[in-house]
Amino acid sequence: MPAETDLLLQLRNLALTRADGLQVLQAINLDVQRGEIVAVVGESGSGKSQLLLSLLGLAMPGSKTGGSARFLDQELIGMGESQLRRLRGDRISMLFQDPMSALNPYLPLRIQLIEVLQAHRQIGSAQAQARALEALRTVHMPDPEQVLRQYPHELSGGMRQRAMLAMAILSEPDLLLADEPTTALDVTTQAVVLDLLLELRERLGMSILLVTHDLGVVARTADRAVILKDGQVVEQGSALQLLTAPSSAYGAQLLQAVRQLERPPAELDS
Amino acid sequence: MWRFLLSRLLSAIPTMLAIITLAFMLLRAAPGGPFDAEKEIGAEVKAKIEHAYHLDEPLPKQYLRYLVQLAHGDLGPSFQYLDNSVNQYIAEGFPVDLKVGGFALLLACLVGIPLGARAAWRRNGLVDRVAAAVSLVGVSIPVYVAAPLMILVFAVTLQWFPAGDWGGGAWRYLVLPVVSLALPYIAYVTRIMRASFIDVLEQPYIRTARAKGLGTRDILFRHALRPALMPLAAFLGPAIVGAITGSIVVETTFGLPGIGRSFVEGAFNRDYTMVMGVTILYGALIIIANLVADVMQALLDPRVRLH
Amino acid sequence: MNHTLPRISVWMLAALLLAALLVPWISPYDYFTPAWDQTNLSPALAGGHLLGTDQLGRDLLVRLMWSTRISLLVALAASLISLSIGVSWGVTAGYLGGRTDALMMRLVDVLYSVPFTPFVIVLTVVFGRNLWLLFVAIGAVSWLDIARIVRGQTRSLRHREFVVAADIAGVSPSRIMLRHIVPNLMGIVIVYLTLTIPTVILTEAFLSYLGLGAQAPLTSLGVMLADGAAQMRARPLMLIMPATVLILLVYCCNRIGDRLRDRYAG
Repeated sequence: MPAETDLLLQLRNLALTRADGLQVLQAINLDVQRGEIVAVVGESGSGKSQLLLSLLGLAMPGSKTGGSARFLDQELIGMGESQLRRLRGDRISMLFQDPMSALNPYLPLRIQLIEVLQAHRQIGSAQAQARALEALRTVHMPDPEQVLRQYPHELSGGMRQRAMLAMAILSEPDLLLADEPTTALDVTTQAVVLDLLLELRERLGMSILLVTHDLGVVARTADRAVILKDGQVVEQGSALQLLTAPSSAYGAQLLQAVRQLERPPAELDS
Repeated sequence: MWRFLLSRLLSAIPTMLAIITLAFMLLRAAPGGPFDAEKEIGAEVKAKIEHAYHLDEPLPKQYLRYLVQLAHGDLGPSFQYLDNSVNQYIAEGFPVDLKVGGFALLLACLVGIPLGARAAWRRNGLVDRVAAAVSLVGVSIPVYVAAPLMILVFAVTLQWFPAGDWGGGAWRYLVLPVVSLALPYIAYVTRIMRASFIDVLEQPYIRTARAKGLGTRDILFRHALRPALMPLAAFLGPAIVGAITGSIVVETTFGLPGIGRSFVEGAFNRDYTMVMGVTILYGALIIIANLVADVMQALLDPRVRLH
Repeated sequence: MNHTLPRISVWMLAALLLAALLVPWISPYDYFTPAWDQTNLSPALAGGHLLGTDQLGRDLLVRLMWSTRISLLVALAASLISLSIGVSWGVTAGYLGGRTDALMMRLVDVLYSVPFTPFVIVLTVVFGRNLWLLFVAIGAVSWLDIARIVRGQTRSLRHREFVVAADIAGVSPSRIMLRHIVPNLMGIVIVYLTLTIPTVILTEAFLSYLGLGAQAPLTSLGVMLADGAAQMRARPLMLIMPATVLILLVYCCNRIGDRLRDRYAG
């Protein structure tokens, strides 16, 4: 176990209520240590994505969050908009599911990249551009100079997600929130992006809170995992334990479903 | 780009020809001629004048003659002001229209875009309610009601601005005509911008922008403005057409020396060439307006290619 | 979506129509005879001129209500003509389909590119002496929208069982169109009638304001607006009254039309 001081994010009794009164999340308790990858597993509609958005104060309009979410020594729940804005994209950044719609089709990537830095610190655009190039190289983007001039529709799906990833690590955040980062990608690109996440964790020492419905993603990346059902945690533990000997009935069910799907072509790689 | 412009202009030729032919036939079908009113001139003189303007020739011949003349850029002599050509009237009057109409559309954008954007950003807030009131008033009051009312309030009662003169185009004389003409456009632009901003602000890339920690101004003006302007660019064609219509009323009400007034007087006095000339000018203007709208959309959206 | 009729608009429109119908009938005054001893009277309850008189001594209330009548009648005439042409055109194109359809709709596209307002002014030159003919002509050139919508509806109706059944039974195309298709379009036709009427009212007011529409002694809302604009320095009410009636009329019709559209056209 890492020391207590390495605790980066601590959720206690986190709850989210929609404008119409529906409880999207209830009593979520979850810790993320520095450098740790934690996966939140659940089927669609279980409230996983809203969990990530509510941490940044971006949950759907009209909804209410309750409980506590401590990030280092700051309380995120109930934090003012201007303070939250200083954290977003700087200390905590986010990677979205579909890079095609998450990138602005009207702006060249150069602008979409350097504005992250310019929003948070005093930096000239030449210097910001140099940092953007560096970030693109970190995510192994082919021909980064060219990519800076291009628009999202001129890139392939995998390149778009790399660009999103470069955008997310640009300010070397402490925490990356990744919302189904591989779901919209084809199988080979999925593997590349997952390897990249692991590599970035090593190089930058950042923690990743990753939301997925895919146990294969959990197996490949996560240290620990949490299973979410109907907005509640039904099980949490090490990724290995969850994937081999789930203690909850729902966890066993999930695993069973995956095994039946995946057994004929290939076993899960460990 | 140039190939696109050229092909679009070429494809506009049949439309222009249709407009010219339709207007020509209708005008010639009208009972009475331009020189009927002059009772004091004898039948002989009248015949002479009509001969001089080829009005005694068979219609197909007159039509062909007119087309040839048009191809040389000549709209012919005015039948009501015998010493002047229609070209001269347009050359003198059209700049006035361009000035009033252009400023009116500019004003509409300067007020309507920020108003619509702010209304969409805080839906049901104070700005949104103000915007809703502005657009309701703007679209339900036609220019020929707004223009006299503006004179009544701002020229007669408050005496802030002069009215009923052009003053050589000095800005004080421009204020009331421009504002009256702009009112409905402020309303339309606000409505369009509010709706399109609401639509754009729900796009995933705006959520990305917020997750990046950008401020309101960056989100609204860097990320949302360009996509939100797309419907406005499409509205530009009809807007220019409407500004033309409105300018006819504004000119008559404020006594401006634009072509709208010549057009109305021409219609009143059966001045065929004047009415034809202005109709052709307006037709060409509409074709160019739609072209400008297409080019604007291509400039705004990197995914749109002109072809 | 709210499918009930906007009650206030319906009542206001009904009140306006009733007044337009009754006032000229009850009042001892007409809209055209000058009374030189009663010029420029202010509104007053006593003396019989409720809204006063104009510079020729004509009762303003009577003139206002006559104008409402004329504007509405002209609009109704033009709308009915535009609807009949538009519906016939759209049903024929939509039902026959194929080349005929392509050709007919191509013509509609070409006519769409003809600038409406300058063109209406051209029409005033041709029919300038007769307001009714002028608006018949305006109706005859403004049927493009309705033709497009009716064509679309007809194309979807064409393959419905009752039309196919009639076709198999050997009913002639013109009879199918008249007996089976047109009655099914009535909802849309009514919606477009309520939406076309205010548009034509505005066109009439526009032309009459410019002096190209109704000619004296005939009156209309546009004529009264032009009169009012000329007199407004001394008698602002003469501008405000017709403006109010015009705006109310157009606003109520549009509200009702929009709501009907939500109900019928979805």
